[in-house]
Amino acid sequence: MLRALCLTLALCLLAAPPAADAQGELQSLLQTHSEEILDPSFRTVGTAVDDLVASGLPAVAPFLTRWQDKEVWQRTSDGLFFFAEETGDDQLTLYDIASGDEVGTAPDDDFEQSKPNGGVRRVIGQALVQFRLSSPDISDRRQAVRSIERNPDADQLPVLRDTIEGESDPSLKARKERLATLLTARFGESTEDRIAAIETLSDDLSIDARAVLNQILDTDAEVAQTLPDDVNVARVLQPGTDMPLAEAYETLVDEDLAPARTSPSEIRAALEANIEDGRVAGIPTGQLGDPARRHDAYAALAEAGTVPPLVTEADMEEAVAAHVFYAEYDEDDPAITDAAEAAMSGVTTRVGVNQAFDLGLDALSLASIYFLAAIGLAITFGVMGVINMAHGEFIMMGAYTGFVVQQIVPDYTVSLLVALPLAFAVTFGAGVLMERLVIRWLYHRPLETLLATFGISIALQQLAKNIFGTQARPLTSPGWLDGAWVLNDVVSISYIRIAIFVLALVFLALLLFVLKRTRLGLEVRAVTQNPGMAASMGINPDKINMLTFGLGSGIAGIAGVAIGLYAKVTSEMGQDYIVQSFMTVVVGGVGNVWGTLAGATLIGGLQKQIEWFNPSNTLAAQTYMILFIILFIQFRPKGIVALKGRAAGD
Amino acid sequence: MAYTSTWQKFSTRPAMPRRGLIARNPSVLYFLLALAAFTLGVTLLSEATGVGVLSTSFVKTLGKTLCLCLVAVAMDVVWGYCGILSLGHFAFFGLGGYAIGMWLMYARTEIIVAESLAASPIPPTGQEISEAIASQIFGVVGSSELPAIWTFADSLFLQLLAVVLVPGLLALVFGWLAFRSRVTGVYLSILTQAMTLALSLYLFQNESGLRGNNGLSGLQNIPGLEDASQASISIAFFWASALALGLGYVFFAWIVSGKMGSVIRGVRDDEARVRFLGYHVEHYKLFVFTLTAVVAGIAGALYYPQAGIINPAEIAPIASIYLAVWVAIGGRGRLYGAVIGAAVVSLMSSWFTGGGAPDVNLGVYVIQWTDWWLVLLGVTFVLVTLFAPKGIGGLFDLVADWRAPHRHEDYGPDASAKRAEEGEE
Amino acid sequence: MTLLEVSGVSVSFDGFKAINNLSMQIGEPELRAVIGPNGAGKTTFMDIITGKTRPDEGRVIWGESSVSLLGMNESRIAQEGLGRKFQKPTVFEDQTVRENLAMALKNPRGPFSVLFYRKTAEGAERIEEIAREIGLTDHLTRKAGELSHGQKQWLEIGMLLAQDPRLLLVDEPAAGMTPAEREHTTDLLKRIAKTRAVVVVEHDMEFVRRLDCKVTVLHEGSVLAEGTLDHVTKNKDVIDVYLGR
Repeated sequence: MLRALCLTLALCLLAAPPAADAQGELQSLLQTHSEEILDPSFRTVGTAVDDLVASGLPAVAPFLTRWQDKEVWQRTSDGLFFFAEETGDDQLTLYDIASGDEVGTAPDDDFEQSKPNGGVRRVIGQALVQFRLSSPDISDRRQAVRSIERNPDADQLPVLRDTIEGESDPSLKARKERLATLLTARFGESTEDRIAAIETLSDDLSIDARAVLNQILDTDAEVAQTLPDDVNVARVLQPGTDMPLAEAYETLVDEDLAPARTSPSEIRAALEANIEDGRVAGIPTGQLGDPARRHDAYAALAEAGTVPPLVTEADMEEAVAAHVFYAEYDEDDPAITDAAEAAMSGVTTRVGVNQAFDLGLDALSLASIYFLAAIGLAITFGVMGVINMAHGEFIMMGAYTGFVVQQIVPDYTVSLLVALPLAFAVTFGAGVLMERLVIRWLYHRPLETLLATFGISIALQQLAKNIFGTQARPLTSPGWLDGAWVLNDVVSISYIRIAIFVLALVFLALLLFVLKRTRLGLEVRAVTQNPGMAASMGINPDKINMLTFGLGSGIAGIAGVAIGLYAKVTSEMGQDYIVQSFMTVVVGGVGNVWGTLAGATLIGGLQKQIEWFNPSNTLAAQTYMILFIILFIQFRPKGIVALKGRAAGD
Repeated sequence: MAYTSTWQKFSTRPAMPRRGLIARNPSVLYFLLALAAFTLGVTLLSEATGVGVLSTSFVKTLGKTLCLCLVAVAMDVVWGYCGILSLGHFAFFGLGGYAIGMWLMYARTEIIVAESLAASPIPPTGQEISEAIASQIFGVVGSSELPAIWTFADSLFLQLLAVVLVPGLLALVFGWLAFRSRVTGVYLSILTQAMTLALSLYLFQNESGLRGNNGLSGLQNIPGLEDASQASISIAFFWASALALGLGYVFFAWIVSGKMGSVIRGVRDDEARVRFLGYHVEHYKLFVFTLTAVVAGIAGALYYPQAGIINPAEIAPIASIYLAVWVAIGGRGRLYGAVIGAAVVSLMSSWFTGGGAPDVNLGVYVIQWTDWWLVLLGVTFVLVTLFAPKGIGGLFDLVADWRAPHRHEDYGPDASAKRAEEGEE
Repeated sequence: MTLLEVSGVSVSFDGFKAINNLSMQIGEPELRAVIGPNGAGKTTFMDIITGKTRPDEGRVIWGESSVSLLGMNESRIAQEGLGRKFQKPTVFEDQTVRENLAMALKNPRGPFSVLFYRKTAEGAERIEEIAREIGLTDHLTRKAGELSHGQKQWLEIGMLLAQDPRLLLVDEPAAGMTPAEREHTTDLLKRIAKTRAVVVVEHDMEFVRRLDCKVTVLHEGSVLAEGTLDHVTKNKDVIDVYLGR
């Protein structure tokens, strides 16, 4: 609305200069339709508007806009029209209708406002669309096309078609042509035109094209004694299979084709209303707790004519069987609905394929998050046999590091670039500290390590709560990560998720490089496979363990920043990812980067798939996923990529 | 060597005649005496049966603590004795609570509904009653139909059976799946944690038929005992909890002593060796896992009527981890350790988080225990794991050593060698 | 009479053939020594027989009724009458010698029979008897963890005896023993082998010589030579393998 107003003002300004010599023309034209303009009605306003449009005067468009906004007043004394604004103290600020220039103020006693009603405003609006569609300002034309897209109407079709030819902007022209097709499909004059338009929609994935098809295919549920010949029947509904019997009967009741059923509470009310001397139809009220006696009592009342008779199941079946239930197209022409059905089935298939692709993208992005969250855990578990329950808290620590950096560095891009290495450094340090102080003393007691790290986890969580409070802290992504990459109306993915995917790829490559190509990687692999042998080869397992733990924790910090960009940063955020990370490691198999990748892909993909089957319920999705994992472990106890040798723990 | 004579003295005894459980485990007797004394003390100090020094809510807290001790004993058997670090036993505890809670809620709603329907001139039909109960109970989740799992909710007997069967069957099926695929160690812990998480997420849904995150409430009102005061109900539940703990303790002491105890401790220490002795290790694990799950369920069924409300958050994985923390702090591998751990940590936890503990003013910063208790607990727990792996119960060893100092020399030269060996592995 | 027949067994780990078309027969009673250099597949051979490792191919046939041991799990095989002693002494250190022996004692193995197990006079007597055999009578009430290394080895052999197996697989029993202890162990094994089948895996030639029994030499997962110790030590292949290393 506000935008429309601004636009109108712009239009006024544009129209202003040449208005001077045309001033009298518009005013005189208005005078010929004075009555219709002052007190317009839906039926009569058409001619006036048509005349105005036909005049081709540049001031017509702003006039129509302001008329629509109820800003046109007539001076009673001379019948001249003005634009006017109420100033509050019964005064009006007047503007010339042609130039839009202020011409002074006057008391409102002498003026009468034109108040077009909704119907009239629509007529004016359609006329305006024509102006806007061929307006010299391209943004104006876009605006007009958008408004038609939003509220398609049969009347707009010829108007739109007329302007396509003269459209100078190729992309807008294409858009207009497409819109014309959509409108033709719904409102075209001839069946052939419409069918042709509908057929071109069969490979269109956009939401508005699908909406057009759906509108053409709209049906109403109907009921009749026999199937009528003269209607366009979509399908016949079988009571009992396509619709429940009770629902079919309710339809009959609504159409006054059958008597209403008596609900248990109505029966009860009827009985209560007919108690005489503690008896209903001769049956003592005390016995009416028995459903059979209650039925008897009601039947007796019905026989006496006091209450309407009970509709039995058999009555219902009989009434339903005597009628035919069917869905009728709103569209009368079967040729069109057939074409639309055919186009729709094509569209449905393509939408399905694209949805699967979109789901794949979603799954991939979830998988990369799980990969980032789990890989650190997998490394420490694989190399040291240590399950770090505080891993989730390292993720949280990384996210809070990002938050703190953003408080200091205002530029989001710079702060992100600072936050990533800093988060790594902070959690690397925390990891090394934890390894030195706690884990080192608990090697070969894996269950106790698990519990000790859990102790650290609750302490860290509470500490974060004490420092940062319980409310969620924002971690704002830089502007260039806002928005989404949109392939079509079905497939889209936000840039943040793409960035996280890239980040995961970078870390995958980096880890593979570190593990396969560096001295540290060689030593880590040696310790993973046989710690005793590695030690005797002069590798210091102590140092390797420390570095590995630091590395695993550091990656958790990076993951924390990444997760913080799209989810909220709270002291409990680690808990949301820790179990999934465990699952990823367990499913993937320990001590192997590829295993973790496989695990993350499987879990991410699975979760998205389950959510797709039951989109409303993510809780159920997680439940089923965990059940799946428990079963999966049955068949591959060591994960997808099983490590052979000592580290496999047999 | 000096110790030889000592051992000769023992070995000259004739083949050991069968001795009673208590004679073999004097700690059982001490425990039972302490429990009896505690129960008597609370009874005498309570409002309902004594001088009224202890408030009803405190009696409830103590009763609940006894239930927690019972589930901790079960946890100790499965973890401390059998070596399975289950992060799912609090889920079984919760399931027991849900099973009894269903009856409590149904039966009580039934009484209320019957009262309100009695006002009308026509007596209600059975269907009307059950519909009214359903809309009373499930109105909060926008439903008025009784889910199928509530079919037996009107029968106290069947729901009591469910207290035992539901956790038992879940443990049996889960354990069978997990143990048969030889999932052990931390893997198993994580799997049990996953099971717990799945269960709590499931219960959080309204579709679970257990009122979603609202849980079951009003459980402190016992149907049929409307006239009894909460004070007398609380002391009755306290007695029941004490009895359950006593019986559970003796039962588990019996399980872990004798040959059964020998085998399950063998499973804990060297699973493969037990297998090569011809024992089906999986069967033993399943036996212990299921049995302790059943006891956890019973403990839960006693706990939640005292707590008054149960919701899925109670079952969340963290609760089961806390259970492990209690046992670890108390000292695992000894039943009284679990009891001490559960009692001390849970009571301290409610003291600290309930604002009972005085704030510490450091001048620059005031430590409020409601904020810092978890930090303290976490750090304490790490310290206990590092420096006192035997937990509080380990203190009793010091006492025993002090009373029988000669035992110290008895550790052969290999005790340290063994540790060194382990370190190399 | 053949108690155990291993024929054509192969197993590989990640492409490495640990056992390659191995065949061997053990009679009852018999004392057999299996020797071979490191990596010859001695431990894997025992793993296969006791059900710890599944072979890729081949058969393992047991007893009069010729049942296949493949497909049985470890505990089932143990119940069939196969006892195994590990290279590293594995006894339950936290439990007394008596408890260790009692656990191994031949009795029903189900959880419920164990739960309701009552000590019997024969059981106690058998434990005393075994304790005498392994020289641990004086240590019955001690924790196994407190025993010396050699005593633990004996305790483990005692636990094997308590199982009353028909075949004992003994992996390097003399490792880490003093000469006196070794002698004691040799006597013990020879005595046991009078009534049962005993397979001793060892690479200490001196110890094998003292056992004075049929010897099987393994190399690269298959049988290189079989016969008396004198016979195999004269075998050219065996000399190559041992000296080549």
